[in-house]
Amino acid sequence: MNNIQTKGLLLTLIALFTLQFSYSQGYKVGDKASGFNLLNVDGNMVSDEQYADAKGFIVIFTCNHCPFSVAYEDRIIAIDKKYKKLGYPVIAINPNDSIEAPADSYSKMIIRSEEKGFTFPYLLDADQSLTKTYGATRTPHVFILKKNDNDLLVEYIGAIDDNHEDAAAVKKKFLEDAVDSLLKGDKPEVDFTKAIGCSVKFAKL
Amino acid sequence: MPMKNVKIIGIIFFVALTLNTFSQQIKVVDYKGFEPYIQKDNDTTYIINFWATWCIPCVKELPEFEEVNSEYESEKFKMLLVSLDFKSQIESALIPFIEENNLQAEVILLSDPNSNEWINKINKTWSGAIPATIIYNKNFYYFHEGSMTKTDLEKILTKNLIR
Repeated sequence: MNNIQTKGLLLTLIALFTLQFSYSQGYKVGDKASGFNLLNVDGNMVSDEQYADAKGFIVIFTCNHCPFSVAYEDRIIAIDKKYKKLGYPVIAINPNDSIEAPADSYSKMIIRSEEKGFTFPYLLDADQSLTKTYGATRTPHVFILKKNDNDLLVEYIGAIDDNHEDAAAVKKKFLEDAVDSLLKGDKPEVDFTKAIGCSVKFAKL
Repeated sequence: MPMKNVKIIGIIFFVALTLNTFSQQIKVVDYKGFEPYIQKDNDTTYIINFWATWCIPCVKELPEFEEVNSEYESEKFKMLLVSLDFKSQIESALIPFIEENNLQAEVILLSDPNSNEWINKINKTWSGAIPATIIYNKNFYYFHEGSMTKTDLEKILTKNLIR
C-alpha cells in the first residue's frame, strides 16, 4: 500500500469514526445523566439538587405548540400528582427555540402553565444544551432518572403510554409501569419505547 | 314542483356529492394497511413524506415537495404524503389544509396508536419525530428524519430514478 492510499484509508476511518460519534449523541438507558438547573415559569431556577427527598425524576421534554404534548397535558398532571408523593416528581422541560417555535416562548409557557394549572415545574432549556445532552428529539419525550448515591441514572427513555389520541384507549402505560418497577426496587421491564411526536425545534445557526 | 326549486335541489345534491367524494379521497390506514406503500418492488421511485398540518417544519417543506412532485411528473415517480394528523381532525384540519394549499400529491392518513411498534418497522433509526422522509425504489433506499429541501430531493432523484 503506498503512502497516498494509507492516508486515504486513515482519513476515511477518521471520517467514519466522527460520523459514528455524532450519531451516538444523547443518553441510553443505564447512562449517568447530568442534573438540571433551569428557569421555571415562576421566575425561579429549579435544580435537581433542591429535591433532597426525591428518589428520582420523571423528566418530560414537552412544549406548548405540539398537539401531542397538548394531548398529554392532563395525563402529565395526573402522573405528577400520583408520583410526586412517592418520590418521583415530574420535571417538564421545554426544549424548543422560540424563534423557530414562537408559541413556545417563555412568556407563552407562563400563560400555558397558568391556564392548565401545572402542578410541576415547567422549565425552559434556553440554550438547548440539556436537550442535546439528553438526546431529546421530540415532544413529548420522557427520561426517567433514578438517584443512586450522588448520580442520576437513566432508567427509561420514551413515550408516556401507547395511545396519544385517546387516553381512555390506553393499553400500556409505559411511564407508570417503569416508575412502579423502580419503586419496587426492580428495573423497568420495558425501558425504551418510541412514539410519534413533534420534532424539537433547534435554533438555526 | 316549480322548475326553480328543482334546480336548487339539483345544485344541493351536486355539491353534497362533490364534497362527499372529496372526503372519501383521504384514505385512512393503520400500519398494516400502510405497509405495502413502503414495500413496492418495481421501477417507480417513491418519495414518502411523514407530516402533519400542525407540524411547523413539515408545513414549511411541503411547497418544495410539491414542486418536485410536479417537476418529475413524467418520470417513473410517485409522491405520497402520509399525514399523522389526529383522525378526529380530518374534516376540521386536514381537508381544509389540502384545499387551501392545493396539494397535488396523494395524501393518506396513517392512524395507528401503537406507534411504539410500527415506528421501528418503518425505520429503526427513526425516533418518531416528524418530518421524516423515505425515498426508495427497487435498487435504492434512503431514510431521513428532519426537513429536506428541493435541492436535497432533486439530488437523490437525479441519481436514483430508474429511467
